[in-house]
Amino acid sequence: MPTDVERWKSEVYGNEIREHLYEFAEEGWESIPEDEHDAWFERFKWWGLYHQRNGQESYFMMRIGTPNGVLEPGQLRVVGEIADEYARGPGTNPIFGDAYADWTTRQSIQLHWIRIEDVPEIFEKLEENGMSTQQACGDSWRNIVGNPVAGKDAQEVVDAWPVIHELNETFKGDEDHSNLPRKWKVSVTGSADGSGQGDINDLAFEPAYKEVDGEEQVGFNVRVGGGLARNEERFARDIDVWVPPENVSDVAGGLSALFRDNGDRENRYNARIKFLVDEWGPEKVRNTLQEEYVDFELETAGRDVREEYTYNAGNGGRNDLIGVHEQKDGNYFVGLNVLVGRMGADDVLELADIAEEYGSGEVRLSQRQNVIVTDVPEEDLDALLEEDLLDHYSPDPSPFMRGSVACTGTEFCSLSIVETKNRQVRYARWLKENVDLPDDIDQFHIHLSGCTASCAQPQIADISLRGMKTRKDGEPVEALDIGLGGGLGEEPEFARWVTQRVPVDEVPGAISNLIGRFAENREDGENFREFVGRHDDDELDEYVEPEETDYEDPMMHNTKMTWYPYSDDDDMDSSPAPAYPDDTPMSADD
Amino acid sequence: MVVALRILDDGAWVSVNDDRKVSVSELWRFPGREFCRCDLTDMVVEGFVDVGVDGRTVEVRAYGQCIACGESATTKWMPVGRIVDGAFRHIDREGVLRPVIGQ
Ligand code: HEM
Ligand code: SF4
Repeated sequence: MPTDVERWKSEVYGNEIREHLYEFAEEGWESIPEDEHDAWFERFKWWGLYHQRNGQESYFMMRIGTPNGVLEPGQLRVVGEIADEYARGPGTNPIFGDAYADWTTRQSIQLHWIRIEDVPEIFEKLEENGMSTQQACGDSWRNIVGNPVAGKDAQEVVDAWPVIHELNETFKGDEDHSNLPRKWKVSVTGSADGSGQGDINDLAFEPAYKEVDGEEQVGFNVRVGGGLARNEERFARDIDVWVPPENVSDVAGGLSALFRDNGDRENRYNARIKFLVDEWGPEKVRNTLQEEYVDFELETAGRDVREEYTYNAGNGGRNDLIGVHEQKDGNYFVGLNVLVGRMGADDVLELADIAEEYGSGEVRLSQRQNVIVTDVPEEDLDALLEEDLLDHYSPDPSPFMRGSVACTGTEFCSLSIVETKNRQVRYARWLKENVDLPDDIDQFHIHLSGCTASCAQPQIADISLRGMKTRKDGEPVEALDIGLGGGLGEEPEFARWVTQRVPVDEVPGAISNLIGRFAENREDGENFREFVGRHDDDELDEYVEPEETDYEDPMMHNTKMTWYPYSDDDDMDSSPAPAYPDDTPMSADD
Repeated sequence: MVVALRILDDGAWVSVNDDRKVSVSELWRFPGREFCRCDLTDMVVEGFVDVGVDGRTVEVRAYGQCIACGESATTKWMPVGRIVDGAFRHIDREGVLRPVIGQ
């Protein structure tokens, strides 16, 4: 039997959802028929809108898909203005204030507290400025990711930006690919650093050389079926195909059609292509693609550059894109650390000014939730680095600030088990003050995800933290599972979950103890991932040693049971939602 | 009266008549030794697997982990609420839940 979601999709899906959204916006939240909420909120995802969690009805998270994280000159300002004007709700975040934007792990942008009544205005403003929320969520081609400095990076093998641009133009809004069994995440990387993180996407194009007609050409090898969600982590599998840049669109479209026709629509848990690859094996994927979905002879895989991958690999070299780096054209790009990817609307606007003043006005987003100002001439670098904004968004941050990634969590997300972003900010600040890494270690990644969906990509960090619960002195408290030693690179590895259910206030102590043991027991020059690699789970569990310290966690209680964890009166029954556009509660009518 | 029951967002919550009623992250205690070796299982709800109604009782099967012993499994049918005059009333889930007998 098809699922409810498949039934709703067969009735209305894709581009046509927009007309309905506009009608609801015109007539207001209450015009969405109560007995159709589930269906409409499922459909709205296709246009980038997620209904926020319970207690926050009538408010939406809006995701803007920025292909490859590229914000062309002027676009960042538009995002800042929209955040400032529309992303305000009844709750104030104690660290980030009233209006902010989130840079996500897939190089997208998320805004919160969006009202359906405002959606048409926001869409129009975005579209006038060349941006869109189309297919940012839902069962279709999601935002395409890659090395954010494609086209500029001096480490580049092939410029992937024209390819990404073409894929985006082709598959956004294409009716043949708009209703897939599940989400479809594509990565196209042209640089040798692995910063497109292809291994954890449904479909990955990675740079590779191939001799064709006696001549060596640059193009891409293809991998299929990666993803981190639901305790079912997979790295994308090599299907032994090389494509020249001009054929990427055909091969990508062929694979997305193969997924459309063969993915499991009966069971959403089993729908992602990673499960089809499990079932078929890479060879059958290749054969089916060749026989049914492309009309030219596929080349076998070429010579890749995976041994050069450094991004998120833990082994020295460029683990992220923070700091000052020379571009191919002699200008510079400057990567700035945005702790947990969240930036106040005022700061976004100031960054837009800075990008215009010192660079081309362009800004790019990385998969480590950071921003990159591009096209800065050498003579302007010093002045840029003197800007006050960079005290906060540093090009040279502490390893704990730089290594922090966190998802949305109980603040807004209905899947979550624990509070995340603010907690990771508190952790990073405490670790910076209290823990010393060995001198030669300048990269240390800690990723915190609020549930097993793994939006913060915890499994590819040195330390992975994942939301759980436990009891402490008999009382239920938020807790984290601790995993160690994950990372990408030539031979990617998922973290091993060695210690379970550590109360959140004992996690900083646990990390501190672990880093102490690492410093004492590491071999010369050994990095953390290697250290983890030569110990078994029990030995590592001993090293973790959870402990209370002077770190205090104000969010120990069940933050999911509140309507908004940071409200003075956070009780679910005190929720103002659903609310009118001016945030007054609708219940005040009774 | 027809009640619309469904599980959405990868098992994150149970919808009753298009309203989110039960959500992951709750802690449930229940006896039985079938889920794990504890006398009283203390389970974090991580995902819902099935929802149904038996008479007036809304029941679910949920996936989770016992925080006392660490066992992960899927529960038998557990009552989470009742339909009274077409509306959903919560069963107190902070006390000790009684798994549905006889399945
Ligand atoms: C149907 C509900 C949802 C599901 C199933 C879901 C699941 C996921 C998964 C699996 C990922 C990426 C991991 C991968 O690579 O496989 C992801 C990304 C993300 N989700 Fe969700 N999520 C949902 C709703 C939400 C909501 C309501 C929010 C916030 C209000 C949210 C915030 C995020 C963020 C911040 C990311 C990472 C950035 C990105 O993908 O661009 N999610 N989600
Ligand atoms: S990991 Fe879970 S809690 Fe965090 S944003 Fe993703 S779905 Fe929500």
